[in-house]
Amino acid sequence: MNKADVVVIGGGPAGIEAAYNLARDNHKVVLVEKEKEIFGHMQTAYTLFPNFQDASEIRSSLLQKTKHGNITLYNNSEVTQVSRENDFWRVQTINGLDFIAPAVLLASGFKTFDARYKEELGYGIYKGVITSVEFEEMLKVGKIQTANGEKPRRIAFLNCVGSRDEKVGNHYCSRVCCINAVKLSIEAKKQLPEVEAYCFYMDIRMSGQFYEELYRKSQEDFDVNYIRGRISEVAPTIDNRLQVKCEDTLSQTPLKMTVDLLVLMIGIEASEGTARIGEQVGVNGEYNFSKSISLHTADNKTKHQGFFLAGTCKRPLTVPETMADARAAALEIDLYLKSLSQ
Amino acid sequence: MKDLGFSISQSRTIDLDKSDLSAYRRVVEKVPSAKLCLMCGACTATCTARNHTDFNFRKVHLLFRRGQFEGLAEELDKCMLCGKCRLVCNRGVNTRAIIYNMRIILENLNYKSIK
Ligand SMILES: Cc1cc2nc3c(=O)[nH]c(=O)nc-3n(C[C@H](O)[C@H](O)[C@H](O)COP(=O)(O)OP(=O)(O)OC[C@H]3O[C@@H](n4cnc5c(N)ncnc54)[C@H](O)[C@@H]3O)c2cc1C
Ligand code: SF4
Ligand code: SF4
Ligand code: SF4
Repeated sequence: MNKADVVVIGGGPAGIEAAYNLARDNHKVVLVEKEKEIFGHMQTAYTLFPNFQDASEIRSSLLQKTKHGNITLYNNSEVTQVSRENDFWRVQTINGLDFIAPAVLLASGFKTFDARYKEELGYGIYKGVITSVEFEEMLKVGKIQTANGEKPRRIAFLNCVGSRDEKVGNHYCSRVCCINAVKLSIEAKKQLPEVEAYCFYMDIRMSGQFYEELYRKSQEDFDVNYIRGRISEVAPTIDNRLQVKCEDTLSQTPLKMTVDLLVLMIGIEASEGTARIGEQVGVNGEYNFSKSISLHTADNKTKHQGFFLAGTCKRPLTVPETMADARAAALEIDLYLKSLSQ
Repeated sequence: MKDLGFSISQSRTIDLDKSDLSAYRRVVEKVPSAKLCLMCGACTATCTARNHTDFNFRKVHLLFRRGQFEGLAEELDKCMLCGKCRLVCNRGVNTRAIIYNMRIILENLNYKSIK
């Protein structure tokens, strides 16, 4: 069994930022990541809303932070068991690692909604239907194309896939996908100025700083079109394109349109790790997101001494929100560890 | 057939002070999920009756909610109560039951359909 001051579960933005801040405060941190690569969902990102910052800059900044002398990073080490042993937490991984520490930070993040559950949208059935994550990967390699390798003439983005949807059991809003659709449509127009971009929405939620401006910019400078209506049917055409149908609710008329790519703006759900560890420790809240002791006043603490939370294991958050939350968690843990040694 | 206001040049204003909003309350009593509709139009786009009519459930539902009953009974006759719209509704609205109850209430209010 290896001893540490803190075990941080998850090497995404939340886990790394918290580990780094704890390391700077002279705590010995073990950072355990399930995957071969760290960075969590920043791994596949191309640019970040709302300022189009290159995601590779974020990755190198995060990578640099993991190099701090007080951090020991373990990749390929999925945490499978977290338990309380006397005054300590025991954290065990799939590859036989076994740690004991007075404090644990859960930073096991989210997973994206599996779009196959929305059968009527044709994901996994028609090749032209892809997810926002797959579209971002296309942008990253500079190759926006259809399954036949052709340049798309028209791209549609559909909001709220797997969010705000009683049918899949997710009543909540995932918060990042509206602004992400604006970002992706602008990036699409930057790479393919000729392409027509359409965003289908139920409500446009531009609550963050600079979001509304970006929405406006997408209309003013990039000719992105917005249609208020939820696409409820997708069907292939004879020439291998896709026909989408919705009601154009503002003109109160049904609308159909042929597109080459339909990009589903998939929502955020608790990751499997978040759900499982939350269950073991007893901090699971709604939709398997982890629950802090007080949303307003102690959002990194749980009902268990020494067990802390940071980032999207709690709820959908943007990167800046995640990083701020991680720093707050580090501060709480620092105070906790100091209180133990007094 | 009565004009439902599909033409652009409608001169009507919805005067909520003078509209009968109690009829809709009766629909909600019978079908509480009616309150959850966020007017996304997925039901209208997928409606079976759309193949041969211009029926728009979302619009009829909203006009009824606002107490604008003129012409709605005729519109509702176009619905076959097949329930397909209910399958796509992501708010779990019992669309079919709303249609059924609107029909009964309109009949009681003497808004007769042409049938
Ligand atoms: C499509 C999409 C686009 C986005 N674009 C932007 C954007 O442009 N700008 C922006 O600000 N935000 C964006 N976001 C939000 C951003 O992705 C999140 O804010 C951020 O990734 C949250 O970081 P996190 O560390 O909380 O979670 P994650 O990124 O999910 O990281 C969690 C980490 O924990 C690991 N883990 C999970 N379970 C275990 C386990 N059992 N043991 C060990 N490790 C485990 C995972 O492998 C992962 O590395 C986007 C989100 C989505 C879905
Ligand atoms: S952020 Fe926008 S697209 Fe995402 S769930 Fe909320 S309303 Fe839907
Ligand atoms: S699909 Fe449901 S929420 Fe959308 S307009 Fe129809 S009844 Fe309302
Ligand atoms: S129940 Fe009526 S409104 Fe719904 S899909 Fe069938 S015909 Fe259309």
